[in-house]
Amino acid sequence: MLIETFHSGVVGRGLERRVEMASGGTPGGPASDNAGPADAGTGSADGAGGGPILVVRHAAKSFGAVQALVDGSIELYPGEAHALVGENGAGKSTLVKILAGVYQPDAGALLMEGQEVTLHGPAMARAAGIAVIYQEPALFPDLTVAENMFIGRQPLTTGRRIDRRAMRKEAAAIFGRLGVQLDPARIARGLSIADQQVVEIGKAISLEARVIVMDEPTAALSAAEVERLFDVVRTLRAGGTAVLFISHRLEEVFELCQRVTVMRDGRQVLSRELAGLVAGDLVRAMVGRELAERPVEEHGTPGEPLLAVERLTREGVFTDISFTVRGGEIVALAGLVGSGRSEVARAIFGVDKYDAGAVTVRGNRLRRGSPTGAMAAGVGFVPEDRRQQGLVMDMSVQQNVALASLGRLRRGGLIRASAERGLAADWAARLKIRYGRLKDPVSMLSGGNQQKVVLAKWLGRKPSVLIVDEPTRGIDVATKAEVHHLLTQLARDGVGVLMISSELPEVLHVSDRILVMREGRLMAELAHADASEEKILSAATGQAEGDG
Amino acid sequence: MSTTLVSQSERPPAPAGTGARRLTERVFRIRESGIIVVLAVFVAVTASVQHRFLNTTNIAFILVNTTVFALLALGETMVVISRNYDLSVGSVLGLSAYLSANLFGQHHGFPIPLAFLAGLGIGLGCGLLNGLMVSVGRVPSLVVTLATLYIFRGIDILIVGGKEVVANSLPQAFLNIPKATVLGIPDLAIAIAVVIAIGAYYLRSFRSGRELYAMGSNPDAARLAGIGVGRRVFIAFTVSGAIAGVAGVLWAAQYGTVDSTAGTGYELQVISAVVVGGVAIFGGSGSAVGAALGALLLNTISSALYVLGISPFWDQAIWGFLLILAITLDRFISVRLTAALRLRGARHE
Amino acid sequence: MSDRLRASLGPLLRWETGLALVVVIIGIAGASVSSQFFTSNNFFNLGLSNGEIAIMTLPMTLIVISGEIDLSVASILGMSSALLGFLWARHWPMIGIFALIAVVGLAAGAVNGVLVTRLGLPSLAVTIGTLALYRGIATILLGPSTVANFPTAYTNLGVNAVPFTGNDLTYSAAIFIVLAIIFGVVLHATPFGRSVYAMGASTEAAQFAGLRVKRIKTILFMTSGLVCALAGVLLTFRLNTAVQNNGLGLELDVVAIVLLGGVSIFGGKGSIVGVVLGVLAFAGIQNALFLTNFNQEAAGIVTGGLLLLSVFGRNAAAISSRLRTWPPGRRGRGPESPAGEPSPTAVTPP
Repeated sequence: MLIETFHSGVVGRGLERRVEMASGGTPGGPASDNAGPADAGTGSADGAGGGPILVVRHAAKSFGAVQALVDGSIELYPGEAHALVGENGAGKSTLVKILAGVYQPDAGALLMEGQEVTLHGPAMARAAGIAVIYQEPALFPDLTVAENMFIGRQPLTTGRRIDRRAMRKEAAAIFGRLGVQLDPARIARGLSIADQQVVEIGKAISLEARVIVMDEPTAALSAAEVERLFDVVRTLRAGGTAVLFISHRLEEVFELCQRVTVMRDGRQVLSRELAGLVAGDLVRAMVGRELAERPVEEHGTPGEPLLAVERLTREGVFTDISFTVRGGEIVALAGLVGSGRSEVARAIFGVDKYDAGAVTVRGNRLRRGSPTGAMAAGVGFVPEDRRQQGLVMDMSVQQNVALASLGRLRRGGLIRASAERGLAADWAARLKIRYGRLKDPVSMLSGGNQQKVVLAKWLGRKPSVLIVDEPTRGIDVATKAEVHHLLTQLARDGVGVLMISSELPEVLHVSDRILVMREGRLMAELAHADASEEKILSAATGQAEGDG
Repeated sequence: MSTTLVSQSERPPAPAGTGARRLTERVFRIRESGIIVVLAVFVAVTASVQHRFLNTTNIAFILVNTTVFALLALGETMVVISRNYDLSVGSVLGLSAYLSANLFGQHHGFPIPLAFLAGLGIGLGCGLLNGLMVSVGRVPSLVVTLATLYIFRGIDILIVGGKEVVANSLPQAFLNIPKATVLGIPDLAIAIAVVIAIGAYYLRSFRSGRELYAMGSNPDAARLAGIGVGRRVFIAFTVSGAIAGVAGVLWAAQYGTVDSTAGTGYELQVISAVVVGGVAIFGGSGSAVGAALGALLLNTISSALYVLGISPFWDQAIWGFLLILAITLDRFISVRLTAALRLRGARHE
Repeated sequence: MSDRLRASLGPLLRWETGLALVVVIIGIAGASVSSQFFTSNNFFNLGLSNGEIAIMTLPMTLIVISGEIDLSVASILGMSSALLGFLWARHWPMIGIFALIAVVGLAAGAVNGVLVTRLGLPSLAVTIGTLALYRGIATILLGPSTVANFPTAYTNLGVNAVPFTGNDLTYSAAIFIVLAIIFGVVLHATPFGRSVYAMGASTEAAQFAGLRVKRIKTILFMTSGLVCALAGVLLTFRLNTAVQNNGLGLELDVVAIVLLGGVSIFGGKGSIVGVVLGVLAFAGIQNALFLTNFNQEAAGIVTGGLLLLSVFGRNAAAISSRLRTWPPGRRGRGPESPAGEPSPTAVTPP
């Protein structure tokens, strides 16, 4: 289950809205909640009450033997925010890349304003009026905001020289229309992700994009920034632009969007107005079955405290964090994105430094900033970013599994190839990793199997404390369950597990204790028996219980 | 995962702007004027000890000496800004110097402008080759120009054999080019200053110039944004080669004698001049004016050492030290600047 | 051993095979062009003229694989040569001189290492700076003078063959062979070497796996410093001359050979076997040209040509391998894996 059902500042209101809609509130349809004079001057270029501006009909795309997209269909109406939801692997990303012109569909059609188009590259997509804002915008840090927006198309004055003033004015005008305050003359370096997104949106507007696709835009934003983004989207809608909003956070979907398309296994399974739907309907469509409550696995009795974190502080990032993890228990660190959880974990493991406090493993104080020390004390760390931090993509499966155990595989200073192979094969079997040959580059494996390789790397060291950061992000359902089972098994074997997760169901399902962080501080500790999504939510958003 | 500092209050973000802009501008001004300051300090210190350092002949001497390097610095700047490197400039200069100077020996009364044109053409051809290989072959420019450094130099050696062009085979008018002055300032220096100003203006105020910066600042984003990366790179290298070709002819005019060693080792000196002058080693920022100032600074130091009676053998060590200082400073500034800009952005929320 | 070789060299074997073929071709061409080519006297000359360069390629290989570069190698050589002359002229005992040169070499490498790892400066820029700085120090030490009165016991090390091996093997070649084996074993079969590959392929992942990136890179730079200092001593004895411009420009030869040997400029790929073949190719060409009275100094054309071939050839190999092993994962930023998770930022078309 990939629902993030909490979001700060929106919980209370969001729930109210849902109730409103469920009881037959504002009806759906194109530009429906824009009824009124605001529409008059800025209506869609398509004409009043016109048809969809962008239609994807039965698009299909395969990569080799794998069909990433089987039947992708979607209709975007001008002035509407349209949500695209689905589990990872459902085909959303492929569909987006087709819209972006990065991929060309094997089958199916793309219609822009009724005309069929083939987009042979991002430039053509842009020319057709489609702009895509990715989760991590790609700006030019050394150029100004205005230049970033207008690169390649800067307004010119006599002699084909760039007219800087006109460029700044245009950029300022666009920002004004969007209702954001951003200085077009400052350089892009140092802009927050939220501001970078705004620049990208501004660029899209300057390109007169009719369709703006936002791929998980809120993942890295704070509450205030999300609100600002939503206001921007509402302004875009008022101007007739169609916004395609991809998100896992159903709260946001209900707050912002008018229409939703659900994808599952490469197909569109649902596409209709949001009015009348509740989150459960979407979940059902995404998963395709009623989620049977999985029996909670037996958690053993926890043993000795293995990891003790005392008053850990890093200025500006986290403050006064103290907790223990005992052998045999799984402690979850929950909270919103930006609450500092990954930073705490990295500080414990030594990849980052901290300013005050202490970390002890089995009574021995760890030296700060030393991953080697942490590893020697028996700590393992599965990082958040599998591809950049967890694996060396160019190396083989075998080499990746062995990477943290090189010392142990050594005899007389040399790595024993047979020992290395044995380690890799053994763990691949235990974790049921699907691969071609051990020598294959790990980049050939699927996301779930790649994550298992990272786990194998650490489990091969027989850690006494294992820290996992977002263990099942971007993994298919089946492998997810396997990973959860594995973590529980580890705990049963006496390992102390610290799990960071943004997925509440996962947190509730797997952990013995839940620590909730908010803006760098520990706000609450909940035992498994007492915990509920609402309680975690409240602590994570700083609301008193009973508000939502 | 979030890169923003989450604030305690929930106020919507206020203008995240003018403070940041002022800060950046201030920093850049410091960096650029830093070279001028160092230059001024050097000159002041040397002049106070040795008055003749500041007499017109000496200044003219320094300026003329700098012209070749300043030209090379201009071409190299265009390349480095786009996150590429042209290591072949020294070899191109040598080839062009010999071939163009040789024209005078082979053809009596050869018109001087044509010699310049010949040099330009030779440089253009070399640059074209570099540009083609880097843009079409998608091969790292460091490696390509390392190879052409060898190849062009080898061709030069084959052509030159053991011969050399001697000064008295060159027309006096040609040899007088570096000597001509107006009000004590060498014409050549003025001309080169104008060229550099034009180059700097181009980089600042024309779309294709800005695209070079974009390519160096974020190559992936540049491709995504539809910038014709291949074409820009091709042109940058062609221009760099052409400039090196012209510089070669000027070199011949200054030194008179040209053999197969002309220009050896210049590429690394030019790159250091460019980096000292504020062009980031990975591209994206810097200016042609700064680079030229870097070249001027390096030449001034040599001259200052000579005038101060310090062994010229200290020259290279000082230059190396300055380069390391410059990149350390740049890194320090960049880290601080980014942190400060982030803080300003967050503070306004 | 072959198992271990195959395990670590696997996909690279193709580059080395091609290069080996090139070496064979050069050998045949050389022999056909001059009957002197395959004489022991000629092998000896080969060793003489390329020994020092060859030695310097070994630590450079590891540095480039780790994702950095060291352009100061020839200047460290020059500085060591200058120091040798400087101290000898002041009647220092040779043992003392050797000790000091070793220390200076290590220190020079340490400076590079610290600037790159602790200050986070790009190694390209740093080593251009130290290239000038160390050459400058050499110039300060010796000025215009030349020291040329080294005792024959030592200069013999430069010009004589290793005893009991016939007349083929120069000391520098022998040292090269020994070092090549050592470096080869370290790179391909030890945890240290594996770490070097990992950090070159992905610095972040290496850090997260607890590999001590900064320490290892500093060690690599210091090793380079030490080895280049040794090469400086050998060169000085061979020429029986210590002068400030000894070794001027050699860094480019060293880099060219390493790239020719199949080491990727981006890091993470390469092998000692390849670099040894590269040395042979380079030396063979120089030698063949020498025997045909081709202008030695113009031999650079051939080196440059080979270098171009090596990068274009590698590109072709990369393109074809990219097509075969989908999805590619260069630095982990490949496009979406078909069987699973979306990659939100990857927009490079497959």
